Amino acid sequence: MAEAAGALLAPYKAVLASRIRAQRSYRASFALDLGSSLLVGLVELAEVWILFHNVTVLGGMTFPSIALVFGLADMAFALADLAFGHCDRLPTYVRAGTLDVFYLRPQPLLAQLVASDISLRRLARCLVGAAALGYGLVAADVQWSPATIALLVVTFLSGCAIFSALFICAAGLQFFLINGAEMTNAFVYGGRYAATQPARVWPGAIKVVFGMVFPVAFAGYLPVLRVVDLPSPHPFPEWAGWAAPLAAVWAWLFAIACWRWGVRHYQGAGG
Amino acid sequence: MTIIETEGLTRQFVRRSKGLRRSRSLLTAVDDVTLRIEPGESVGYIGANGAGKSTTIKMLTGILVPTSGRVRTCGLDPVRQRRVLASRVGVVFGQRSQLWWDLPVRESFEILAAIHRLPARAGTTRQDELVEQLEMGGFLETPVRQLSLGQRMRAEVAAALLHSPELVILDEPTIGLDVLSKQRLREFLLAERARHGTTLLLTTHDMGDIERLCERVLVIDHGRLAYDGSLAGLSRTVGAQRVLVVDLAESLPDLVDVPDTRHLGSEGNGLRQRLAFDAEQTTAARVLAAVSKRAEVRDLSVEEPDIEDVVRRIYSTHR
Amino acid sequence: MRAAVRTYGKLVASGFRQESHYRLAAFAGLVANVTFGFLKAAILFAAVRASGGHLQGYDVGSMSAYVWLSQGMLGMVNLYGSHELGERIRTGDIAVDFARPVDIQGAYLARFMGGRTFTLIPRGLPSVAVGALTVGMAMPATVTPYALGVVSVLLGTAVSFACVYAIHVLGFWLVETRGLQLLYMVVSGFFAGLFVPLPLFPAWLYDAAYATPFPSVMMTPINVLSGQLTGLAAWHAVVVQVVWLAGILLVGRLLTNAGLRKLEVQGG
Repeated sequence: MAEAAGALLAPYKAVLASRIRAQRSYRASFALDLGSSLLVGLVELAEVWILFHNVTVLGGMTFPSIALVFGLADMAFALADLAFGHCDRLPTYVRAGTLDVFYLRPQPLLAQLVASDISLRRLARCLVGAAALGYGLVAADVQWSPATIALLVVTFLSGCAIFSALFICAAGLQFFLINGAEMTNAFVYGGRYAATQPARVWPGAIKVVFGMVFPVAFAGYLPVLRVVDLPSPHPFPEWAGWAAPLAAVWAWLFAIACWRWGVRHYQGAGG
Repeated sequence: MTIIETEGLTRQFVRRSKGLRRSRSLLTAVDDVTLRIEPGESVGYIGANGAGKSTTIKMLTGILVPTSGRVRTCGLDPVRQRRVLASRVGVVFGQRSQLWWDLPVRESFEILAAIHRLPARAGTTRQDELVEQLEMGGFLETPVRQLSLGQRMRAEVAAALLHSPELVILDEPTIGLDVLSKQRLREFLLAERARHGTTLLLTTHDMGDIERLCERVLVIDHGRLAYDGSLAGLSRTVGAQRVLVVDLAESLPDLVDVPDTRHLGSEGNGLRQRLAFDAEQTTAARVLAAVSKRAEVRDLSVEEPDIEDVVRRIYSTHR
Repeated sequence: MRAAVRTYGKLVASGFRQESHYRLAAFAGLVANVTFGFLKAAILFAAVRASGGHLQGYDVGSMSAYVWLSQGMLGMVNLYGSHELGERIRTGDIAVDFARPVDIQGAYLARFMGGRTFTLIPRGLPSVAVGALTVGMAMPATVTPYALGVVSVLLGTAVSFACVYAIHVLGFWLVETRGLQLLYMVVSGFFAGLFVPLPLFPAWLYDAAYATPFPSVMMTPINVLSGQLTGLAAWHAVVVQVVWLAGILLVGRLLTNAGLRKLEVQGG
């Protein structure tokens, strides 16, 4: 059984291993990338910190609670970016003809795209999220229990899944947007930004976009409300904090649909 | 089992014009193409740029879906059964690379072996065979981006053949290569076909490729199949002529009376003269001999009929 | 003199024209800008309200002006740090630029300004318009802020160019300017007031920001246009922009000449 799984994954491992080796071989360049990645994370955390330097409570949350939200969401995003970050640069693959080469290989197109690269430098950014998470867990008013721990773990994993789905969704849509690919930044990087905000401050339209269509509110904010025992903002029900896995499933269904739609367009199927 | 079978294969593109006035026009890249290629054949697929060659290949490999008509490659539907087909077809794209740019050639082959799930021992034997025959031993450890064009093409061909496919499609494989590299590549392809019975489908602009590699020629013009038959038949149908260009030691009036030739023109007041002759009727050597009897020849060159010329003639014959 | 003006005019026009081919990319940028604008507005308005309606000199109306003007300016300024100049120096094509009878720095500046001015049409102005029409924002009722503001916007854009240019010109000596570029990308936006308005910074960070040229890139134009800075204070800020611009352009110029000498010594 394990052997079969190993055989199934062998082609992907081969490509990824070579990319990892290639990245590590450029030592100085890699160190630089790590440093800048870390810096980006710090600046984004600083943005949140500065706001709370000016007010003590924002959207019903204090800084420690928001640090918890930021930690969970940003770490999940960093990991998703590590594994899937290259996917929203689909036009590069199309223009280089690399996508056509994927058609010639006996693996699914999406799997090949995902396995074609990995950005190890995002690990440094993870550290920022981890630090914020650590601080939040200590300083916030956490209602500790086995359920809380389970919720935190499930949220983090769901967050990784949600953000990964955003990258895939972007890839699918970019088949239509070859020259306007940056449009997907609106929900990929906008989604990351939104995930670190207390959704209570959002007007209705944003709640729909980032609470339901691209459900990043489930990657940190809504679950943390349960952890620190705060009420959910309208229209999210109180149990929404536990629904992160559902949000992840929805996000992936949406993403796969976008991918399939994009591929069909690329192949000229359906007129 | 027929290797390639198409029936009424058509592919249309919608072209939206840019600018203020948006209009849609329908471009038919491939128009009602019907053909059958049997295993072991060696087929040349020629046509002017934009005639529909790449589009056909994309439909054969499942990259594009036909607008109408039917296509089967190795008995499989290229779109629905793409992944199964991928193990049985090898493609060499002249412009696109299948190799990993910054990795040594050997590593690309190892990854490809893993991708095609080649059993360990069979994979290396096949790789060794290809490396030896394509003489790649000298640059196996070189990153692909540092290879010369000739070396890269050899590596691409090896990459396409690593999984021993039944059908190999080569899209402009000799473009930009020097004469020696072209010759070696052609010899390799012929030998490969002889050894393994591989079917070859070759698109090219180089008549030399066609003459040395293909028994059968398909000519596509504006999306339509204008000719499907042997190479000899093609020359006969088209009456394509070679041209002998001679530079004479001294000016002479037009050489219009050389047997089996047609005088095309003179330059430099009769110093350079162009004579067309039919390859079926006579040879360049004989024409040269005849000219040498009339004048002293300083220099000469022979022009082959180019693809565009052949295609143009076919199109006009077909009308 | 007149010939020089005509030449630079042509360069500006050519930059404008070149950028006009990337309309779809500009529209894509607009979508991203508007999305971030709404998100920023939400959180910053909440911050203003949580502060009793006034936060470091901003009320909801002026905070809205900050949000939308900053998104609008994103299309104008270069906060990414990338520029074709870097590639040209790496490949050696820069020798062609040196051979031309136009000043390199001036030529690139002219083309940059032309291109950026174009993006105002599909990206910059619509970003601001969306904000004004949906959320509403408080803008001045007099002419002076707008007139001075336009000048300030152009100066800020030019300052961002001057910085990016200087970074890439270092490519004559550094094998890789990527590190500097990345650093610039991270730091410039933050200190330009892209993330949060600079008045919200704690004092030490505020001082650190104003020790760099970046507030002149974005914060000053926004302040002038929206009327956050008026009268003498506005003029003072614009003068600071001019000083930074002149200084960084000078540095870039000196580096360019040194680079030219290096090329000549090496035999290009």
